[in-house]
Amino acid sequence: MKRVIKTQTEFEGRIYEEHVVIEGQGLEAWPQDASLKIVGQPQPRIDGAARVTGQAHYTYDIRLPGMLYGAILRSPHAHARLLAINTERARALPGVQLILTHENIPEIPWGNGQTRLLDTTLCYAGDEVACVVARDPDIARDALELIEVEYQQLPWVLDPLAALEPGEPQVYQRGDLEAGFKAADIVLERSFRTQTALHNCLETHGSVAYWEGDQLTVWDSTQHIFGVRQGLAAALGLSLNKVRVIKKYMGGGFGSKNRLGKYTVLAALAARRLGRPVQLMLSRKEENLAAGNRHATVQRLKLGAKRDGSLTAISLKAWAAVGAYGFAMAVGGPVRQLYRCANLRTEEYGVRTNTGPNSAFRAPGYVEGAFALESALDELAHELNIDPLELRLKNYTERDQIMDKPYSSKGLGQAYRRGAELIGWRKRGHTPAGAKLRRGFGMASQIWGGGGGPPAHALCKLNPDGTALVISGTQDLGTGTKTVLAQIAAEELGFPLEAISVEIGDTRGPYAPLSAGSMTVSSVGPAVRMAAHDARQQLLEVAAQLLETRPAELSIAEGYLIAPGGRRVALKELLADKLGQFIIIGRGARGPNPEDRRVNTFGAQFAEVEVDLDTGAVRVLRLVAVHESGRVINPLTIGSQIEGGIIQGLGFALLEGRVVDRNRGIVLNANLEDYKIPTMLDVPPINHEMIDLADTYANNLGAKGIGEPAIIPTAAAIANAVYDAIGVRLTELPLRRAAILQL
Amino acid sequence: MATKTMPQDQAAAKNRPRGPQKCEIHLQVNGRTEKIWVEPRRTLLDALRLDLGLTGTKKVCDEGQCGACTVILDEQPVYACLTLAIECEGRPIETIEGLAQDGRLHPIQEAFIAQDALQCGFCTPGQIMSLKAFLAKNPRPSLAEIKRAVSGNLCRCGAYLRIAQAGLEAARRLAAEHKP
Ligand code: FES
Ligand code: FES
Repeated sequence: MKRVIKTQTEFEGRIYEEHVVIEGQGLEAWPQDASLKIVGQPQPRIDGAARVTGQAHYTYDIRLPGMLYGAILRSPHAHARLLAINTERARALPGVQLILTHENIPEIPWGNGQTRLLDTTLCYAGDEVACVVARDPDIARDALELIEVEYQQLPWVLDPLAALEPGEPQVYQRGDLEAGFKAADIVLERSFRTQTALHNCLETHGSVAYWEGDQLTVWDSTQHIFGVRQGLAAALGLSLNKVRVIKKYMGGGFGSKNRLGKYTVLAALAARRLGRPVQLMLSRKEENLAAGNRHATVQRLKLGAKRDGSLTAISLKAWAAVGAYGFAMAVGGPVRQLYRCANLRTEEYGVRTNTGPNSAFRAPGYVEGAFALESALDELAHELNIDPLELRLKNYTERDQIMDKPYSSKGLGQAYRRGAELIGWRKRGHTPAGAKLRRGFGMASQIWGGGGGPPAHALCKLNPDGTALVISGTQDLGTGTKTVLAQIAAEELGFPLEAISVEIGDTRGPYAPLSAGSMTVSSVGPAVRMAAHDARQQLLEVAAQLLETRPAELSIAEGYLIAPGGRRVALKELLADKLGQFIIIGRGARGPNPEDRRVNTFGAQFAEVEVDLDTGAVRVLRLVAVHESGRVINPLTIGSQIEGGIIQGLGFALLEGRVVDRNRGIVLNANLEDYKIPTMLDVPPINHEMIDLADTYANNLGAKGIGEPAIIPTAAAIANAVYDAIGVRLTELPLRRAAILQL
Repeated sequence: MATKTMPQDQAAAKNRPRGPQKCEIHLQVNGRTEKIWVEPRRTLLDALRLDLGLTGTKKVCDEGQCGACTVILDEQPVYACLTLAIECEGRPIETIEGLAQDGRLHPIQEAFIAQDALQCGFCTPGQIMSLKAFLAKNPRPSLAEIKRAVSGNLCRCGAYLRIAQAGLEAARRLAAEHKP
């Protein structure tokens, strides 16, 4: 029976009301004390061998018979009009097959109609101008240099505060702001700035496209195969059944691969025209110009508090530099959600600049917002002479204040306690005055969604030899999705993990949402459990008839059927021998979210740093992270996620930042030498633990996401530790040596 | 002027000027000799990935900044994107595809899986090849030495702490294997 229901879902800090189709009977959540055998155990990745042998085929590795290679010509100017383009010399180069320009392709609108696939108005240095397809990538690049373009340069703007027309702000308000500030004993007003950060996924964005008749198949390095299918169909005027999108392995995404890219459409257009497969992968430089970024922000934050630390009012005005065609992320999210405060207003602007468009980047908005809020709170604590951790506990809330609902679970209190214990918060000392090497401790907290929701579907096929295949149209970015889904299916079926294969990343499978918002496990996982449950019920029905008993008399454990009296029957003997070739197909779908609870994830991180006043160098000595994301399904891979998030957070705090030349509007560090991501030697010991609570309201697993929560508080915790060490507040990220030396 | 070389005359070919047109190059990859016909500007990385279909070695920056393309040439770890194929004539090259034998993983590969020393896996072949070259010379390394050995291999997913642990575990596994 299908039911259409209205449900609230949260995605990256914004709440949406949607109609969704629900099917099947809901399953009770595994209770906290359920004795699970495979879920909750550390399991190495089921696709580990493929990844360590070089056998895993990423989009970059696809090689098809007759495949050609594409390359994109990009605008060298921050803002320009294309007056003329001449491709004659390029076309004459042997090996060049095709050059696409605005003159020979259809007008395909792009970026909500802000531009076109290939436009004559170019809004940032890196905007797409033309696309060459050639027999060899070297030839394609040679050809780019032979294309002659005449540009007329136009005025441009880089600084969000200097931009002329900010868009309409997103405003949120509750309570009486003025009264709140009036009631305050202390009002603290600060400005913060965060930098533009580049994802630098190691696999660049790109696609391979080929046609068989009117059927288009695309391999894409994407976090959202169904989104790419829909976008491609719309761009090319195809129906959905004519487009198949595949993503087997991908070399990172971090939010930058959430959407259809121009390279995909260009590859598809060229492949159709040439009747051959076309691979179009961005270069590292292009990746840093045109594949998205974490938008820079300017935030003005005002806090009002009583002498005892309780917050009476918060207001935030934030500007996000979204680049040429980007959009503002929920920078105000932490302010709205993290602490109890009745009187509050956030006003957020997305500001167009002539730089590469932003995109989601691991907890977009929240990383930036948490830096400002948690820095300001830290300062408030010092002003009021209250311990920073006590101040946070003082303003703790058990209810979500936006929807006025209790949280489905909130383990932040435990996370604070455990984190403080692990870092030695209460025993932390102070560097004697006058010392050149200064130690400091800091902490920060995190809230994020990660509860996921419908729609998400899965199939579970049982083979007659007692093995199973789980199929869902979700994606594994490197997060370990496949392994977690296999664990869930194995647990529910009563099969060993080795008996489960998982096939994801193909739009021929059932629909699953984009892998973003830390919602893959919490959206797709429950659907997989339900599919496995359905398959198990069917299996028991079949087995009962073969064994002349009732399904209720049977159970399954370790891949064996347990018959009345405890007799173990191998599934293969029962099914394959008696029935031959046949399969059971179990179906599952994600159920609705709870009506009366708000599902969020929480965590706290602590940092110990050493600052050298002579060199300005900040050395992070230790990081502690304790998070609550519901039930832990795989402690091994969840640890990897946490470390990965923290290391990216550390890069954001200390190393990373896109540099744009003020005089020309050109990115100066579009490479991995000058754009500093953390290396092996930058990483301090990281001590992390999970508060392993089954969130039984959230979904039938009790699990929530972790990918994004882990990065949110890191930069703020480090910045607060630096303040503790040197006694001066740095309000701009990254924390620069130069800023420390100027003190 | 291009000079045509005889396939059988490899030793002489080494010293003769060749290019700028395509020329024949013999690459000795994972113990087998392969013949390719490429321009002298062809990097070893592109020769492996495009001409030989060995896509296990990854291209990430193509300019010597990340280590993802690391292969072992004459027992030294090198960035394949900074090495021209033509320089490799007749020299032994080891790539990630050569590690597992008869379907049995190499101890370094096993250690990577056990320690979960990878997330997306895109940096992994490079990390493993760096470690392999390093452990061959330093069978009993300290953690700090391992870290330094792979400090030229970037990992955006942040698997660093586990990669270092996998290095230690691999050294242990290799030592156990070599015991009589
Ligand atoms: S691809 Fe060779 S060092 Fe990056
Ligand atoms: S595992 Fe993804 S870059 Fe290292």
